[in-house]
Amino acid sequence: MRPPCDPSKFVAETIKNVPPSGIRRFFDLVSGLEDVISLGVGEPDFITPWHIREMCIHSLEKGQTSYTSNYGLPELRDELAKTYYRRYGLEYDPASEILVTTGVSEALDIAVRAVINPGDEVIIVQPAYVAYVPAVVLAGGKPVIVSTYREDDFRLTAEALEAAISSKTKAIMLNFPNNPTGAIMAREELEDIADLVAEHDLFVISDEVYECLTYEGKHVPFSSLEGMKERTIMLNGFSKTYAMTGLRLGFAMAAPEIIHSMMMIHQYSMLCAPITAQIGALEALRNGNDEMERMVREYDRRRHFVVRGFNRIGLDCFTPKGAFYAFPYVGATGLSSDEFSERLLNEKKVVAIPGDVFGEAGNGFLRCAYAASLDDLKKAIDRMGEFVDGL
Amino acid sequence: MDEKIRHILEILESDARANPEEIAALTDMTAQEVSQAIAKLEETGVIRHYKTIIDWDLAGENYVYAVIELKVTLERNLGYQAIAERIYKFPEVRSVRLLSGDYDISLTVRGRSMKDVAFFVAEKIATLDQVQNTATHFVLKTYKEDGVILHEPEAIKRLPVSL
Repeated sequence: MRPPCDPSKFVAETIKNVPPSGIRRFFDLVSGLEDVISLGVGEPDFITPWHIREMCIHSLEKGQTSYTSNYGLPELRDELAKTYYRRYGLEYDPASEILVTTGVSEALDIAVRAVINPGDEVIIVQPAYVAYVPAVVLAGGKPVIVSTYREDDFRLTAEALEAAISSKTKAIMLNFPNNPTGAIMAREELEDIADLVAEHDLFVISDEVYECLTYEGKHVPFSSLEGMKERTIMLNGFSKTYAMTGLRLGFAMAAPEIIHSMMMIHQYSMLCAPITAQIGALEALRNGNDEMERMVREYDRRRHFVVRGFNRIGLDCFTPKGAFYAFPYVGATGLSSDEFSERLLNEKKVVAIPGDVFGEAGNGFLRCAYAASLDDLKKAIDRMGEFVDGL
Repeated sequence: MDEKIRHILEILESDARANPEEIAALTDMTAQEVSQAIAKLEETGVIRHYKTIIDWDLAGENYVYAVIELKVTLERNLGYQAIAERIYKFPEVRSVRLLSGDYDISLTVRGRSMKDVAFFVAEKIATLDQVQNTATHFVLKTYKEDGVILHEPEAIKRLPVSL
């Protein structure tokens, strides 16, 4: 008889080093509970606009189910290039500077793997999306954390960034509009960051997936700053802008050398992004502007509603300028983010994500996605008010 | 258009019952500012009317609706406006539109029975001097009215928690 074995010993060391996601834990807590209102999702509550779905269906009826170019459908890359030229005057060559990916998640993973050598330090600005640290760890890099604070409206300051830069720093990951805080950066503030990037010869991975969900002022792509295009990978996608999360479609824009190296990984791991989603994305870019703007205005109203609501029930809440998250401070209740979230779920059946899931800097805060119906938002805030009053 | 005004109009277009307090919370205004803005929109006629969309079938009232297409001849000193006015004064007429294409005017008529509607068209509309001919199309089912889908949409299930 052959000896028994413990399969866990086959798991790679790199995976063991990836910290568990704090959000996953909530999956288990929520399952089985009835009448739960969730502000815990990172996706729109809108359904993908019908003209986009209809185009996907039509393509399937026609039998468009083949592979596409590794880089993505040429028409889609052309349309992306045109869109960014029209919006910001940015010039990306559709043949060599754009890669269509299976969601921004894939783009993030291969972007990091394409530029990070083992031991390279990557600066991550927290509170941050939960995938950044694991992406760097999986690539063998070393995450170096820079925190942003409520008193700075969660903007990254040049001083904080400079203090974190060492001789080993290779890259910075930026995410504005930010998940989970909703912070954005003004052009002048980004210029200060760009000065440091140039001075220290760094590279930037800029996740701008919430670009179109900017409510005050105009979004500034990091790559549009003078001298930054060659130093930046812009990551973006269709999930948030066009409510297409499950269709999984993102893209990266960068210099040809960088896009080529990302494609080297993409072609062997993903081959190409799903063609149906690419066709939907093309339709979204061509004809989706009105629907997108309608959704943005709707988010904008909910944003005002939740901020006012949180402040009314005694939770100090910074007015987010982008994305669809509010980030109220719950520390004044005497509870930690974790205790607050867990008790709120158990006692009032409202899901909100504890801020420390997004890094130390999120301690004391709560991420509440307002991509939920107004009725649900009303109920959630009422329940949270009762919860706070009962403490 | 002012962004705040656009927000107010969009909110009211989808829910005429939204009150100033609710609208204020959605637009970062005070309830008083909202009331003043709405009063002005009503005064200037931008807001025409507040109405309710009712599924009469579901309520058990079996109204009959018909779309009537009219071809008309214009007379000297009497334009489309005058014909439209003659027609829209009948309470049976729910809407009147001037169209481009084969027909000139399209009406929606509501009655209690097909006979009701047919007689109304035959007696009141077809007999108008300017009306050359009419084509009556009875409505069999209304799926969407004024942007509102008239059946229970199937709720889409999202995961309660996601990254």
